[in-house]
Amino acid sequence: MTTTDLPVPGLRGVPTSDVPQNRKEFTSDQEVRWCPGCGDYAILAAVQGFLPDLGVKRENIVFVSGIGCSSRFPYYLDTYGIHGIHGRAPAIATGLATSRPDLSVWVITGDGDGLSIGGNHLIHALRRNVNLNILLFNNRIYGLTKGQYSPTSERGKITKSTPLGSVDAPFNPVSLALGAEATFVGRTLDTDRKHLTSVLREAVAHRGTSLVEIYQNCNIYNDGAFDLLKDKDTRDDALIRLEHGQPIRFGADGELGVTRDPATGGLRVAPVAEVGLEQVLVHDAHADDPALAFALSRLSDPGSLAHTPIGIFRSVQRPAYDDLVREQLELARDEHGTSTDSGTEIGHSHLDQLLRGADTWTVGP
Amino acid sequence: MTKQVLQVDRVIIRFAGDSGDGMQLAGDRFTQETASFGNDLSTLPNFPAEIRAPAGTLPGVSSFQIHFADHDILTPGDAPDVLVAMNPAALKANLPELPRGATLIVDADEFTTRNLAKVGYDANPLEDGSLEAYQTHSFNLTSMTTEAVKEFGLSRKDASRAKNMYALGLVSWLYNRPTDSTLSFLQAKFGRNPAIRDANIAAFRAGWNFGETAEAFAVSYQVSPAEMKAGLYRNISGNLALAYGLIAGAQRASLPMFLGSYPITPASDVLHELSKHKKFDVTTFQAEDEIAGVTAALGASFGGSLGVTTTSGPGMALKSETIGLGVALELPLVICDIQRAGPSTGMPTKTEQADLLQSMFGRNGEAPVPIVAAQSPADCFDTAIEAVRIAVTYRTPVILLSDGYLANGSEPWRVPQVAELPVIRADFATEPNHETEDGQHVFWPYKRDPETLARPWAVPGTPGLEHRIGGLEKADGHGNISYDSANHEFMVRTRQAKVDAVARSIAPLEVDDPTSDARILVLGWGSTYGPIGAACRAVREHGIPVAQAHLRHLNPFPPDLGDVLRHYDRVLVPEMNLGQLSLLLRAHYLVDVVSYNRVRGLPFSAAELTGAITELADTLDPEPTEVSTR
Repeated sequence: MTTTDLPVPGLRGVPTSDVPQNRKEFTSDQEVRWCPGCGDYAILAAVQGFLPDLGVKRENIVFVSGIGCSSRFPYYLDTYGIHGIHGRAPAIATGLATSRPDLSVWVITGDGDGLSIGGNHLIHALRRNVNLNILLFNNRIYGLTKGQYSPTSERGKITKSTPLGSVDAPFNPVSLALGAEATFVGRTLDTDRKHLTSVLREAVAHRGTSLVEIYQNCNIYNDGAFDLLKDKDTRDDALIRLEHGQPIRFGADGELGVTRDPATGGLRVAPVAEVGLEQVLVHDAHADDPALAFALSRLSDPGSLAHTPIGIFRSVQRPAYDDLVREQLELARDEHGTSTDSGTEIGHSHLDQLLRGADTWTVGP
Repeated sequence: MTKQVLQVDRVIIRFAGDSGDGMQLAGDRFTQETASFGNDLSTLPNFPAEIRAPAGTLPGVSSFQIHFADHDILTPGDAPDVLVAMNPAALKANLPELPRGATLIVDADEFTTRNLAKVGYDANPLEDGSLEAYQTHSFNLTSMTTEAVKEFGLSRKDASRAKNMYALGLVSWLYNRPTDSTLSFLQAKFGRNPAIRDANIAAFRAGWNFGETAEAFAVSYQVSPAEMKAGLYRNISGNLALAYGLIAGAQRASLPMFLGSYPITPASDVLHELSKHKKFDVTTFQAEDEIAGVTAALGASFGGSLGVTTTSGPGMALKSETIGLGVALELPLVICDIQRAGPSTGMPTKTEQADLLQSMFGRNGEAPVPIVAAQSPADCFDTAIEAVRIAVTYRTPVILLSDGYLANGSEPWRVPQVAELPVIRADFATEPNHETEDGQHVFWPYKRDPETLARPWAVPGTPGLEHRIGGLEKADGHGNISYDSANHEFMVRTRQAKVDAVARSIAPLEVDDPTSDARILVLGWGSTYGPIGAACRAVREHGIPVAQAHLRHLNPFPPDLGDVLRHYDRVLVPEMNLGQLSLLLRAHYLVDVVSYNRVRGLPFSAAELTGAITELADTLDPEPTEVSTR
C-alpha cells in the first residue's frame, strides 16, 4: 500500500491514486431511487463529481450512513460503504476511522437521523473530533416515514403528526455543533453546486470532525422550505455568505452588514451606510473562541430562515481523537518492542509473559 | 512455646466488615498466599452496589469468602468454618450462615452501644452468651492495630485503617500461610507513602505475632497443597481471564482488537484490563453509551479488526439493534455479557443466569446468534478464545455469557503456552470471487463458503472489492438490496443454517458418569458448574449414581445433546433463573427436563443441589426402565 501524503491534513495517511480517476468510476451500478426532484440528486452529483479530484484511492474511501432518505447515499457510490441503523452512523464511523488511519471516512445523515435518534452520537463525535466528514442533509422534515415534523422543523409546522402545528422548539444544527465543541462547522445549499463543493473541499482538508449542514429540499413533504434563500427575488437579502477574512456583507449590492450590537453585545444586521464599513464584522473562521461563530449561527430567524449565514462558521485545529488513540498504541508498541504482526515469536513471548503474571507457582512434573 | 499444628483437608474462611474496612483486599491477599502455597481454591467476593453505604449498617457489609483444600474443589463453599467479623453489622449479616462450632474472630472495639444500635442489637452479643455455640475470639483489633503502628505518626483514622492487615496477619498465622507475597504486595502498593506502607506491614506482622503468642490460639492449622496437574499456575479471576482470552484470541487470529464499551457493573473490569494492553494491538474506546460501544466495534470489524464489546444485562438490551445489524452484515463481533440479577437495573453486584433468553431471542426478526458460556473463572479464558473462533470463522456476532460470580471469583489456573492455543484464520478476501455471464470477474460480498456458509470478509483498502452492505435485506450472492420474497426466505434460512453449521465444529458433549449406570443426568451451563459438580460428588458418595454434563455451547447445542438427554430417566437442570435453559431444551428436544431454580442473587450451595438430586433420585422406579442405547 503506498501512502504518499497528500497536502491536506484531513487525508493524511490515505493512499493516493497513481492514475487520474473520473466520476463514472465513483458511480455504482445501482439505480438511484429518490423521488424525482429531490435535492439529494444534486448533492450526489456534486459528491460524485468532487471525489475523483481528491486523488486518493477509491478503495480507501468509506461512506457510512444511518436510516432515512439521505442514508441511501452510500449505495450510489462505488466505494466501500455501510448503510447502518437509525442514528448510529457516527458510532460506526468512529470505530472504523479509529482503527483504520488509511481511510477517508464519510458520514451521511439527515436531520432526523443525526439530530433526533442519533443526537447523542453526533455530539460525541464532534466532541472527540474523530477524523470524519459528516454531511447532514437538513430538509426539516421526515421524508422516508412520510412527512412527520423533524427536530429542525419550525415551530407551528403542520404535518401528519402535528395537525394543529408543532409545539416543539427546533434545533439549530450549527449552534448545536458549536456547543458540542466542533472544530469545523459549515453550512451550504443543495442547489448551489459551486458553494457546496467549496465547503466540502474545506471539510475534507480539515483534520478532525467536520460537520457540514446541507439545506436540502424535500419536494414531496416540505417543498420550498429554503426558497427564501434560493429565489432570485429574496436570496440577496436573506442569505449571508461567510468568507474568512472578509467583512460580512450581503444584499444585492452588499448594502447590509453584520455588526456588533453595542446594546446587547450580540450581533445584528444593519445597513453598511448607516454604521460605516469599519463597524462591519470581519469573519474569522479560525478564531479559537467560538463565541462569534455561535453568534453568527443565531442570526437566522428559526422560522423563516431570514439572515441565514452559509459557508464555514468555524475551522480550528485540535488534535483528532483517532490520531491520539493511535499515538498511544504506537507508543505502547515501541516501549515494549512488540510487533504489529501478532503471529510472531516476539508477540508470543510477550503474551506468554502477560498470561503468567507476577504470582505463579509450579506444580511438579 | 511451640504451638501445635493440626492437619485439616479443607477450610472455608469468610472475611466480613464494613465496605470501607478493606475486606476485599484482605481476602485477595489471603487468596494469593494460599494460591502460592499450592492449595486448590475458589473464592466468592460479595459486596454492596453502593460505593460507600452508610458505615456500620447492614447494607454496607462487604465480605470475601475463600475455600481452600488439599484436594480438587469446585466451589467457594457453602458455610464458613471461620468468620472474621470486623463490626456488629458484619456479625449480624453473616451469623445465620455460620455452623455451630465454627470459629469466630471479632473486633470487640467496634461493638459500641452506638454500632450495636445501628443494626438493632439490644444487647452486646459478645457479652450476652448468644455466641456460645461458636469458638469466639473477641479482641480489640482496632486498638491493637493503632498501638502496633503508633510509631509511624499516622492520624488515628489512618492508623486504624490498617486493621484489615492485622486481621489478615492473624488468619495467615492461623493457617500457616506464606507471607512473602503479601509483604512484597504492601511494599509495592504503598511504596509512594512510606508511613502508610510501614504501618500496614507492621500491622500485618503484629497480627501474625499475636496469633503466635496469644494464649487464645492453642493450635494453628495446616492445609497441605492439593494434587494438581503438573504445570505453571497462577490465581485468576473471571474478568481477568476473559480479558486475556480476548487478547489471545485476537492474537491467534492475527487481528487487531477494537473494544467498544460503556462502564457497567460487573463488566467494567474487562474494559479496565484491556485498556492496559495497547501493545497487543488492543484499542479500547469508552463510548458515549452502550449502543455506541457495540456499534463502533462493528464499524471496526468492517475495517478488519476483531470488534468486541463488554456489558451486562441492561447494556445488552440497548445493544440489541446493532447485534441484529451484525447478523445482517455477517461480520465478526464478540459481545461479552457479564450477567447480573435483573430485570431492569436489578441487583448490579449480584449474580444471576439472567440473559440466556435475551441472548437467544432479544432481537427483531429471525436473527440467530451463536452463544457460548463460561463455567468457571479460569474457563472464561478458553470460552473467550472459542467465541473469537466462531465469530471470525463464521463471520457472525457471538454472545459470550459470564456472570458476576465468575467475574469476581477466582481459582488457580494452569497457564497455557500461547503457541499451543488454536490458530484462528481470518482469511480476508483479496480477489474477485465471481464470474458474471459476460465473463467479468467481480466481487460478490454474499457469495458463501460452502462448508461454513461464511461470506467473504473484504476490508476497505482492498482494490476491486468495493461493496456496500447494510441492514436492508440483500439478494443472495451479489448482496444488492432485494425485497424479493423468495430471496428473503432463502436468506433467512441461510443465516440460520450458518449458525446451525457451527455445531459441526463442536466436540461431543462430555458426560461425567463414573459408574456408567446413572439414571439421572444433571445438566447445567455457566457458573453453576462448581456447585453442580460438588453436589454430584456428594450424591455419589451416598451411593446414588448420577451423571453430570455442562454446556459451553448454548446456540447451537452440541450435535449429540438430544441423544445424551434421552439416555437418562431424568434430567435435572439447575439454573439461577426461572428455567431458561429448560425452556430451550424442552422446545428443542421434547424432553421433559426437571428444573431446579433459585434467583437469590447468589450462587447455588452444593448442599441444596445435593438435596435436589437426592430428592429426584427418590422418585425413580426401583426397576430401571428400558433406556435407549447411545
